[in-house]
Amino acid sequence: MTIGLTHYLTVAAILFTIGVLGIFINRKNVIVILMSIELILLAVNINLVAFSVYLHQVTGQIYAMVVLTVAAAEAAVGLAILVTYFRNRGDIAVDGANVMKG
Amino acid sequence: MALQAIAFYILAAATLGAGLLVISAKNPVHSVLFLIAAFFAAAGLFVLLGAEFLAMILVVVYVGAVAVLFLFVVMMLDIDFAALRAGFSRYLPIGAVVATILVVEMVAVSVGVAERGAAAGAVPLAPTSVTNAEAIGRVLYTDYVYFFQAAGMILLVAMIGAIVLTLRHRTGVRRQSVVDQTARTPATGMRLVQIKSGEGLVE
Amino acid sequence: MGAGLIVTTIVLAPLLGALIAGLTGRRIGDRASQGITTGLLLLAFALSCFTFYQVIWGAWSHPFITEIAPFIQVGAFKSDWAVRIDSLSAVMLIVVTTVSALVHIYSWGYMAEDDSKPRFFAYLSFFTFAMLALVTAADFMQLFFGWEGVGVASYLLIGFWYKKPTASAAAIKAFIVNRIGDFGFVLGIITTFWMFGSIRFADVFPAVAAHASQVWAFAGYNWVGIDLACALLFVGAMGKSAQFFLHTWLPDAMEGPTPVSALIHAATMVTAGVYMVCLLSPMFEFAPVARTIVIAIGATTALFAATVGLAQNDIKRVIAYSTCSQLGYMFIAAGVGAYQAAMFHLFTHAFFKALLFLAAGSVITAMHHEQDMRKMGGLWRRIPVTYAVMLVGTLAITGVGIPGLDIGFAGFYSKDAIINASYAAMRDGGGAAGFAFVIGVLAAGLTSFYSWRLIFMTFHGKPKWGPDAVPAVINEDHASGAQIETHDEPLEDDHGHGVHDLDPHEPSWSIRFPLIMLAIGAAGAGALFVEQFIGEDRAAFWRGAIFTGPANHVLEQIGSLPAWETWAPLAVTALGFLIAFWMYIQNEGMAARLAARRGPLYLFIYNKWFFDEIYDFVFVRGAKALGDLFWKGGDQAVIDGLGPNGVAFVSARVGRRIGKLQTGYVYHYAFVMLLGVAGLLSYALYAWSR
Repeated sequence: MTIGLTHYLTVAAILFTIGVLGIFINRKNVIVILMSIELILLAVNINLVAFSVYLHQVTGQIYAMVVLTVAAAEAAVGLAILVTYFRNRGDIAVDGANVMKG
Repeated sequence: MALQAIAFYILAAATLGAGLLVISAKNPVHSVLFLIAAFFAAAGLFVLLGAEFLAMILVVVYVGAVAVLFLFVVMMLDIDFAALRAGFSRYLPIGAVVATILVVEMVAVSVGVAERGAAAGAVPLAPTSVTNAEAIGRVLYTDYVYFFQAAGMILLVAMIGAIVLTLRHRTGVRRQSVVDQTARTPATGMRLVQIKSGEGLVE
Repeated sequence: MGAGLIVTTIVLAPLLGALIAGLTGRRIGDRASQGITTGLLLLAFALSCFTFYQVIWGAWSHPFITEIAPFIQVGAFKSDWAVRIDSLSAVMLIVVTTVSALVHIYSWGYMAEDDSKPRFFAYLSFFTFAMLALVTAADFMQLFFGWEGVGVASYLLIGFWYKKPTASAAAIKAFIVNRIGDFGFVLGIITTFWMFGSIRFADVFPAVAAHASQVWAFAGYNWVGIDLACALLFVGAMGKSAQFFLHTWLPDAMEGPTPVSALIHAATMVTAGVYMVCLLSPMFEFAPVARTIVIAIGATTALFAATVGLAQNDIKRVIAYSTCSQLGYMFIAAGVGAYQAAMFHLFTHAFFKALLFLAAGSVITAMHHEQDMRKMGGLWRRIPVTYAVMLVGTLAITGVGIPGLDIGFAGFYSKDAIINASYAAMRDGGGAAGFAFVIGVLAAGLTSFYSWRLIFMTFHGKPKWGPDAVPAVINEDHASGAQIETHDEPLEDDHGHGVHDLDPHEPSWSIRFPLIMLAIGAAGAGALFVEQFIGEDRAAFWRGAIFTGPANHVLEQIGSLPAWETWAPLAVTALGFLIAFWMYIQNEGMAARLAARRGPLYLFIYNKWFFDEIYDFVFVRGAKALGDLFWKGGDQAVIDGLGPNGVAFVSARVGRRIGKLQTGYVYHYAFVMLLGVAGLLSYALYAWSR
């Protein structure tokens, strides 16, 4: 069958959901949270590129490049935070990060 | 076209499968490796779409830099693997339900968009004489130059942020301070003086 | 000097004295304060005598009003400060200034050991001013001002020794009970204003006949306007004159110093109610229902107070209940239509009751502040002057005289006139008047008994003090016994005297002089003035100040009564004297044994018919319960609970609960975001698909 826009969007949607799930169903691992964020951003990228191709514009790909840049920067800073978090606590369990508890 | 469909399905399945395994793997190193797999499969999807430049960028930046960075950190931290169990939280049932609803809605929106929106009845761009890289290059430094510069700024800030967060000065380690060296005056400097044996130092 | 200036001076001179002594007393010293106030009051007395002479026999034959200053003007409600002089107010001027001047002189000696003399004299003069303002009022507003003013003065004077808790409590009780009466009084004034459109006597009195049948429909009943107004005004008189139901404050008012009791609670303030009813005789003559109420209450009071006075042991309380009873007589007279007789009894009663109180004060001083009669006895040789004047007073109050020859002491003329008037009214067909006649005769006998009982217990018999003291028979705790009249703190100036060292002697001249003056009045005032007040010359005397309706012939019939009736009061008086003599002189100790048995009748009258207990149970506790209900149930639970406190508490609780949503875990936040996104997306789909 012809692969249409819908197919790509569906893939992106499912990938997006997987990423979101990953954020809040895991309890033990802060790194998994960061990786879930990368998955989300990847899903967004897929969406952007699919649209850019099907709408015959290259703007979507430019946006995808910027998203890529931001994802990389965010991964760097996030990992730096993770390192600090680990240095202070000695483990990377998510349960410990509840200092903002009200 | 059948080939295209098959390729698409394989790559899509790979992406989604890798994604699922990322979040459910017990070992964080395995998670990172699955993430790399997901990136690769997504790059394949990009190629299928005709955005090969972007696909290569994905591989180079995401896999080559980000995922490797993840790997570095995972290796560096002294994580007790034995204590890590993949204990899913009790939100899994409700979360799964909500996620399913979300997916269904998003798909419905996509379908609606694809049928009614600007992309109705669209066909992918046919390969033209302009390569993907050239197409991007044509607009990136002209129409979207501000975005380009902003992206550079973001990277600069991230770099500085990462250094600020993690740099530790170890006490007791002697370092060379170039600034002090070049700002040396005769009063603080050293001079070699020949001393006759038996005589002391005379100012 | 013009007449206006003279009468204005009479009213304002005591006020000036009060202000000087009250505000500067501490600086100018005791002697100066006493001198200034007494001097100004003597001036007022002299001018009052002059005024009385001019009004009755002289040049001021027409009633006149001297306007002093405007007071209130709101729409049709207009009131001015004024001084109204007619025969009625002239009589009251004499009564008030005479007794007040003599009390001021008496207080020089009586309050000699007190620390706050300027305050006392200032209060006395202030009271006199308020009373004078009351009796010279030309409209209801000034009458009410004087009414309240004497109430305030009474409160201040009863509670003069404010450090004594019973005195403060008695002062508050007096004021509050008065207030209840004043509530009715104000309603009466309002009714009058509503009916007549004005509160000035000169406007109201001529218009009464025209409004005689005006009715007011309320709650399905047609109230006759005049009757309603007069009944309400009488409620005020009930409070001020300590009539039945509103009498409970008068015995407790004896906590004040004896001069205060003599001035306020015998001669002047308590008679303000009688004065008011007589002043408003133009209105009362057209209010038959109100007059019946007056007769009923007055008769009941006369009987009630006389019975309670039989069993009291405190010398001042006996005289207080005697006052209450005599006021009942005055109201009987006013009720049957013999207002002139009521004023006459007021006039004579002022003299002999003040005399009795002041003489009692002399006895108390001689006995070193002892007020319990059971601890006295055998004093007549020690304080003969006091004994003599007290005898005169007792003869006056019991109405000793010879009816056929019309010779007697003061009370004989006035009290017999009242009893005769009630008999005449009964003959004219009044049921209430008949009730009053019987009560009047009965109470006369009781009056005689307790008055002579007082004389015998105090002055005769074996002394319960001194070197050969006979033990006093006292068989209940001090709580219900007589009061100890202390000044500011408990008896420290006893000089270590016990009951065996008591050496009574006559008090100083400042105490004896007023006694002698009053004794002269008590003996002769009746004979001197009977013709003017109620006799042949009454029309020329009153000259319209007291109005009697066309059907009112009571006073004229006094001369034509059956012989048995005119001798009846004297007969019961003699009977009372004989019984008292038998119980207290011949069989001394019999009364004490009777009291010791504490039979039900004795307890009933000793405890004042249990009125204080009933009022406490019904009103005081009821009011407190109501207050508690509104306070705890209404204010605290409802208003505070739903208002500030409740809102704060609920806010804090809800805030704490909502605060628990902030768990601190990022994945919780992310989950909520996911829920939000899902929700928004659903809504967007829904809106989009339509």
